[in-house]
Amino acid sequence: MNEKLKAFIEEAGWPRVIIGLFLLSLFVAAPFVRVRVDASISDTLVRFGMNGILVLAMVPMIQSGCGLNFGLPLGIIAGLLGAVTSIQFNLTGVLGFAAALGMAIPLAVLFGIAYGLLLNRVKGDEMMIATYVGFSSVAFMCMMWLMLPYTSPNMIWGYGGSGLRTTISVEGYWLHILSDFLSIQIGPYLYIPTGMFLFFGFMCFLMWAFLHTKTGTAMTAVGSNPEFARASGIDVNRMRVISVVLSTVLAAIGIIVYQQSFGFIQLYMGPFYMAFPAVAAILLGGASVHKASMLNVVIGTLLFQGILTMTPSVINSLLQTDMSEVIRIVVSNGMILYALTRKVQAKR
Amino acid sequence: METTPLLRMEHIGKEYFGNRVLSDVSFSLEKGQILGLVGENGAGKSTLMNILFGMPVISQTGGFEGKILLDGKEVRFQDPLDALDAGIGYVHQEFSLIPGFTATENILLNRESTKYNLLVEVFGNRLETLDRPHMRERAKKAISALGVDLDPEMVVTEMPVGHRQFTEIAREIDRENMKLLVLDEPTAVLAESEAQVLLDAMRKLSAQGIAMIFISHRLQEVMDVCDKILVLRDGRVIQEAKTHETSVRQIAGWMVGRKMEETAEARPAERSLGAPLLKVEHLWVDMPGETVRDVSFEVRQGEIFGIGGLAGQGKLGIGNGIMGLYPAGGKVFLGDKPIYLNDPRFSLSAGMAFVSEDRRGVGLLLEEPIEWNIVFTAMQTQDAFTKSLFGGLVKWRDDRAIAAVAKEYIEALEIRCVSGRQRAIELSGGNQQKVCLAKAFAVKPKLLFVAEPTRGIDVGAKRLVLDTLRRYNREYGTTIVMTSSELEELRSVCDRIAIVDEGRISGILPPTAPVEEFGLLMLGTTRNGNGNGFSEADRTVFHNE
Repeated sequence: MNEKLKAFIEEAGWPRVIIGLFLLSLFVAAPFVRVRVDASISDTLVRFGMNGILVLAMVPMIQSGCGLNFGLPLGIIAGLLGAVTSIQFNLTGVLGFAAALGMAIPLAVLFGIAYGLLLNRVKGDEMMIATYVGFSSVAFMCMMWLMLPYTSPNMIWGYGGSGLRTTISVEGYWLHILSDFLSIQIGPYLYIPTGMFLFFGFMCFLMWAFLHTKTGTAMTAVGSNPEFARASGIDVNRMRVISVVLSTVLAAIGIIVYQQSFGFIQLYMGPFYMAFPAVAAILLGGASVHKASMLNVVIGTLLFQGILTMTPSVINSLLQTDMSEVIRIVVSNGMILYALTRKVQAKR
Repeated sequence: METTPLLRMEHIGKEYFGNRVLSDVSFSLEKGQILGLVGENGAGKSTLMNILFGMPVISQTGGFEGKILLDGKEVRFQDPLDALDAGIGYVHQEFSLIPGFTATENILLNRESTKYNLLVEVFGNRLETLDRPHMRERAKKAISALGVDLDPEMVVTEMPVGHRQFTEIAREIDRENMKLLVLDEPTAVLAESEAQVLLDAMRKLSAQGIAMIFISHRLQEVMDVCDKILVLRDGRVIQEAKTHETSVRQIAGWMVGRKMEETAEARPAERSLGAPLLKVEHLWVDMPGETVRDVSFEVRQGEIFGIGGLAGQGKLGIGNGIMGLYPAGGKVFLGDKPIYLNDPRFSLSAGMAFVSEDRRGVGLLLEEPIEWNIVFTAMQTQDAFTKSLFGGLVKWRDDRAIAAVAKEYIEALEIRCVSGRQRAIELSGGNQQKVCLAKAFAVKPKLLFVAEPTRGIDVGAKRLVLDTLRRYNREYGTTIVMTSSELEELRSVCDRIAIVDEGRISGILPPTAPVEEFGLLMLGTTRNGNGNGFSEADRTVFHNE
């Protein structure tokens, strides 16, 4: 028994065991501070579905050796453009959602190619550059949201009559279009967004399948040893661009899925910090800076979103103060810090 | 005249982690004498000098045996600074100069002439003003002692390499008590005329009573300038000789000659080889540290062609260049088909494969399973081990076929591992090398380049690797071009051996040629021509195929 336990901990890794136990203890403690367990589970599941694809977007770039995609906001911006354009044309329901995706993906491909070419020039410093690509693209879009000629009254500032608002509701367009598909409601509090899970699962399957193709294998090899790949006739730069494009496209899809569940499109500074929770989640899931699997994505997202849901509610009730935001920041950045220092160790 | 010698090293021995690199080396050096220290790469020259200078690496690895006597007194330097204080200078192979400083500043670094100023009262001597005119005088004096024409105000970055080398030497002789100077391959980077000036300068210094130890691969220079010569091989003194009593040919023989019986073993009778398969014309390759300048040769179908030579002369660049891993130019034909250089994919698709000398850096995916390592190149260049789905739109990795073929190679090459899923990083060096070979064989190449196949692996694994190469050559008719630093290894496997020196092929010999002839080609004496006991007639023989 003891042996088995040891083997399990070895397999799962200490961080996951500790965080898992912590999460479990939060669920156990919840009823005592009058936090409903079923509502908490429901919250965790919804957040898991919302963030899953954004975390999945980390995988291709990790596999190709481009590191963690701190430039996620770039892909998110493509998704935002798709979403607002779809609303501009007044498209609703499945059509609206599909149109948002249909417009976001080509944009994300274009952005991804440019971003990938940039990263090829800064090999070794990808993560640093990526962070600033993300930040500066958000800042640039802050101007563009004001200047782009969108006219739908649901989206523009009420008083000036031009420029997009910071928060745009998707209600009446494609709110919960995925979440409500085959969704299950148990009692008044527990809600399972089946459709969103199915979509996330489908995306994971596509990613898994891609990694099992010839190109996907080549991409993994590039991440593992670029010199080896080059000597085997692989165009290393091309593989890296492909991975960046995939990552950017997944980010664009991910944010649209996020919005249909959340109910709002957040512009301007909204995407600014979006990369960090995704990075923290995949690292927490057991991925390293150059190896990641679908399992890492699922476990990481579940644990991380679980902690983010539970810590504020339970701890706030315990301490009788509102520190939810502080705790979130400490947990997510602490996770990133932990994982990045571990990478240095692994390199020896 | 019976005086105590300036330097005596007695019975010096050294082990690195149970690996003996020096044993019982003794020699002595008089004032003003020049000693030539020669030997192949790894013969123990650098270790000997490290011991003399008390380099930290020696004491960190368990010290050394024997005694060093300087002016009759035993010395044991704790670090190189002690050696400098005792009057021993070292001119490094790589320049240790500050690029943005002038010659004067470099020569007098940390020994500058200084003047008093007020700040000294507050902050101490470190803030004295530099006395530039005086420094200039001193630098000029050191430079003129060398007898060269060098502007003391020139910045190092603007100097030709020869001048940099002189700046380094001038820095050493500026020290007041300089008695002994060690020059580690000072002429390696110099053109012939520059080297000549350096040799003159050495003679001048020797006339002033400074003793020197001169390490060089250019035997002719050693013959020209040294009073006596010490030949090291495998950590032992093979011969100590007065220069005028020996010849370049004899020294070369001492350097490379090993037990001859090993080579003679099981050499097959004349083999019948096919038509020329690989034709290389005027190839140049820009591989850092292994530059190939102008190489032409032909390899025939079914042949095992060896490429040898000293480290850094360009032998490794040839395979890397033809496989497109480093910028290259010239003409290469495989059969009748021209090979586009600088495109690894093209070279691979044309039917060539490469086992890199840099096993861990280029040869393996250390973090991935053995299976992947073996099939990867074949999969990517020939679509082997893939299944086409959706009418060829998707090329799916066929994991089952991969496992099967990996198992085959693991058995055939006796790769010791738990399973094909084990990560390559967990294997020993010899088994990793076998994985690299399996990777190349999986491509089913017409022509296989193998670079340093036995570097860093143990004796048993060496034998297996060489046998495997021989077997693939005999059974499948794979033509092999094998590059190796170990001459004996080449002589035991190859049909012909080309020796590369300074980026050019200095000669192609049959493996049965006497070992001194290989030695002479490696040391580039043929080019300089007038080597002792090495006539014009000999040279033409070597260029016969």
